[in-house]
Amino acid sequence: MPRRVAIFVTCIVDQLFPNAGMAMVDVLERLGLEVEFREAQTCCAQPAFNSGYQREARAVARHFVDTFDGAETIVVPSGSCTSMITHHYADLFAHDPVALARVDALTPRVFEFSQFLLSLPNLDSLGARFPHKITYHDSCHALRELGLKDAPRRLLGMVKDLELVEMEAAEECCGFGGTFSVKFAQISGAMARTKVDSILQTGASHVVSLDSSCLMQLRGALSRGGHKVETLHLAEVLASRG
Amino acid sequence: MESRDVIMERVRAALGRKLGQKPLPPPEPLLRVSHQSPAAKLARFELRFLGTVTVVADWTFVAAAVEKLLDGKTAVASGHPYLRACGIAEVTGVSANPEDLRNGCATAGVGITSAYCLLAETGTIVLRASPEEPRLVSLLPPVHIAVVPQDRLLTNLDEMLSMTPRPVDADSSAMVLITGPSRTGDIEQFLVRGVHGPGEVHVVIVQGKTPPL
Amino acid sequence: MSAPETAIRKTLADANLQLAIYNNTGRFKENRRRAVAPDQLPEYEDLRTRAAAIKRHTLSFLDVYLLQLESAVEDSGGKVIWASTGEEAADFIVKLAKEREANLIVKSKSMTSEEIHLNDRLAHHELEAVETDLGEYILQLAGQRPFHIVAPAIHMTRNDVADIFTEKLGIEHDTVIENQAMTARRVLREKFLSAGIGITGANFLLADSGAVVIVENEGNARLTHSAPKVHVAIAGIEKVIPRARDLAVFLDLLGRSASGQALTSYTSIVTGPRRQGELDGPEEFYLVLLDAGRTKLLADPEQRESLQCIRCGACLNACPVYRKIGGHNYPWVYSGPIGKVITPSFQGKEKDTWLPFASSLCGACAEVCPVKIDIPGLLLKLRKELVTANPADRSAFQVWAWLMRRPGMYALAARIGRSLMGFNIGPLAAWRSERDLPAAPRKSFRELWKERKK
Repeated sequence: MPRRVAIFVTCIVDQLFPNAGMAMVDVLERLGLEVEFREAQTCCAQPAFNSGYQREARAVARHFVDTFDGAETIVVPSGSCTSMITHHYADLFAHDPVALARVDALTPRVFEFSQFLLSLPNLDSLGARFPHKITYHDSCHALRELGLKDAPRRLLGMVKDLELVEMEAAEECCGFGGTFSVKFAQISGAMARTKVDSILQTGASHVVSLDSSCLMQLRGALSRGGHKVETLHLAEVLASRG
Repeated sequence: MESRDVIMERVRAALGRKLGQKPLPPPEPLLRVSHQSPAAKLARFELRFLGTVTVVADWTFVAAAVEKLLDGKTAVASGHPYLRACGIAEVTGVSANPEDLRNGCATAGVGITSAYCLLAETGTIVLRASPEEPRLVSLLPPVHIAVVPQDRLLTNLDEMLSMTPRPVDADSSAMVLITGPSRTGDIEQFLVRGVHGPGEVHVVIVQGKTPPL
Repeated sequence: MSAPETAIRKTLADANLQLAIYNNTGRFKENRRRAVAPDQLPEYEDLRTRAAAIKRHTLSFLDVYLLQLESAVEDSGGKVIWASTGEEAADFIVKLAKEREANLIVKSKSMTSEEIHLNDRLAHHELEAVETDLGEYILQLAGQRPFHIVAPAIHMTRNDVADIFTEKLGIEHDTVIENQAMTARRVLREKFLSAGIGITGANFLLADSGAVVIVENEGNARLTHSAPKVHVAIAGIEKVIPRARDLAVFLDLLGRSASGQALTSYTSIVTGPRRQGELDGPEEFYLVLLDAGRTKLLADPEQRESLQCIRCGACLNACPVYRKIGGHNYPWVYSGPIGKVITPSFQGKEKDTWLPFASSLCGACAEVCPVKIDIPGLLLKLRKELVTANPADRSAFQVWAWLMRRPGMYALAARIGRSLMGFNIGPLAAWRSERDLPAAPRKSFRELWKERKK
């Protein structure tokens, strides 16, 4: 009986970057896991939470908790959505012990994608090949809230013929920040261009991250600057067969 | 109501505390006191100190060492008994404990002091103001020389703080930890030495027995 | 109410300024990283935890420590002046200067004095207060406010300085930085030795010793508190720490966090006027304890932790937003992440409501804060408080929340949304003003999943 994992693809992957979600499914299935997609899923509520709308965030967070009731394992292709659930849902429900109990029961079973892969025993190969020079962008929540610095790099190290070059500004914020990207577009754009400079200095053909929101920001800035560097989600690299 | 009372009332109200209510004891700082050997401390100090370190075998060699460091410049020395005992006042060009201290310090090329202690880990000279050790001697002249017996070389700041719970008290109005020359990077982060304080610091470490006072 | 967009645009477009800000903060950032790395300071995390704990404790019992401080200051012959407002602090200093006939005053770096516009108030009474920290001196001549909490003139070049010195001091144009520093040394030396009052800030106030601790590299603070007959130290009430030995924790963190130095050139611990028999040092000492809004912050249980700040500037150097817009685009004297969180409490939460939102919540600030202030958490709390004032925005999120609880509706609305992505309206236009937007995929993940499972 293969192990079942439920996936929470996140609204941005669902609507704008479905390939990243599909790649994640490919990787999980190749590892012999049974993937469950609960259709009722929508959003982790981070946009409302970050904008200060706690009531609205709570309502949507409750929907998440209901949707994934009883799921043994939930895998998420996003650092920021994962940390919203594992690090901030408790704040949202701090004044509601009954709801909080459900949240506390659920959150230990929620994993960011690379976190999850590295938790599997005997993982030494993904059968992946990606013969390109890439650089890696450390998305902020993944790096600072989930502590994922080595994890994605270890996984990239398992990919055949892949060359990883670190960029100087790897840990600097890309400037997305949710509504910040449109409310403070000038500053957001300037931050993105600093990342672009750093990416270009590596000579990489691809920039990889485990957050699609960051990739959207970087892709937009690279494209606007007329650069040929492509953006890929970590899952897409790990699903690649060459 | 006086401002003092206004502020204190606001503070108590903000904290939900009553007048005279006792506090909890404060959490402890981290004091890393490791006792290193004199040789180890000296080696460390020599490595860390941002200036020259001259080690002399005993107090009789101090005057010559200081004369060499003076390099023909005039100097003002504090009236500290240790300096007197080492014969600093007799060194050419030194004005020991001058009448017009301020003017003496403002015009001298070098200021010579003793020290309360030295800190090996950071290359620091610790001075404690006193009637015999005025503040301006180590501050106004462009060069500062401290003459210190080796037994006053401590491992680090933590050791000094654990030995000296009251850095300033009835006997001393000011303590200063001097770690290197005066410097600034305020313009384009370009390092310039000797902006207001001395641009050069030197230490003479004296081994051997205490000089007769 | 809204962000200074034009000023920000100008800053972002100034290539030289951008380089100056990015490179200078970058250097501080790198020096800090090296200074707190495990090979240099293995106890770094432990020190941070203790520093945060000591600060938190002190704030929780601030009433006790302030009284202990006052008592200790008085025991060593000094006097404490309690100032409820900035005006009171300034008024005291004006009165003192007039009584002592001290028309010339020297000042060392004090952000607290910037906060209360001390120099302006003194000038109003024809009292000359000269800034002696090199960066602050240059800014004073130029009529500008600090650009950075620790390095006030990092936005200036040697050419800027040469221009200012020529214009204001009448000297020949000289772009050699060493010469510029020596000019300042020469001019200011005279002032130190003839000033009637020296005003310093304080990095820490020691409750058990009644002492003021001043951390610096130039020596101007030492001269300020040692040369004139009167020393006035001005400090916010939150600067207190319980004991001298607590410095073991704080000194280790301050220098390294600010500029990567284990200890700065000078750390002064001073208390009271000179002792009997001492040949120099002030004859009078006053400690001005400033409230000016701090008790309000103390009373706010959510925001109180921002009072733990030791003003090291590490958060500025780490902040990707600060590193783009620089210190002058923040509305108050304190810039960067810490400025963002304390400004609303001090200046009024209804002013500059854009400020708490001008952050991507990247968390770089919290990562480097030596006293573990959760700045992103504080920003979120401020945002929460502010949204009640924005009905239009709220309705949008209410609709959003309604949709997000109804998967069918969400999927439909999203499909419609995707079809409109090509249009250039509202947030789409704002996005496209700076970067491209990808074309919407034809099928969403859930649609692809359905097909896959057939």
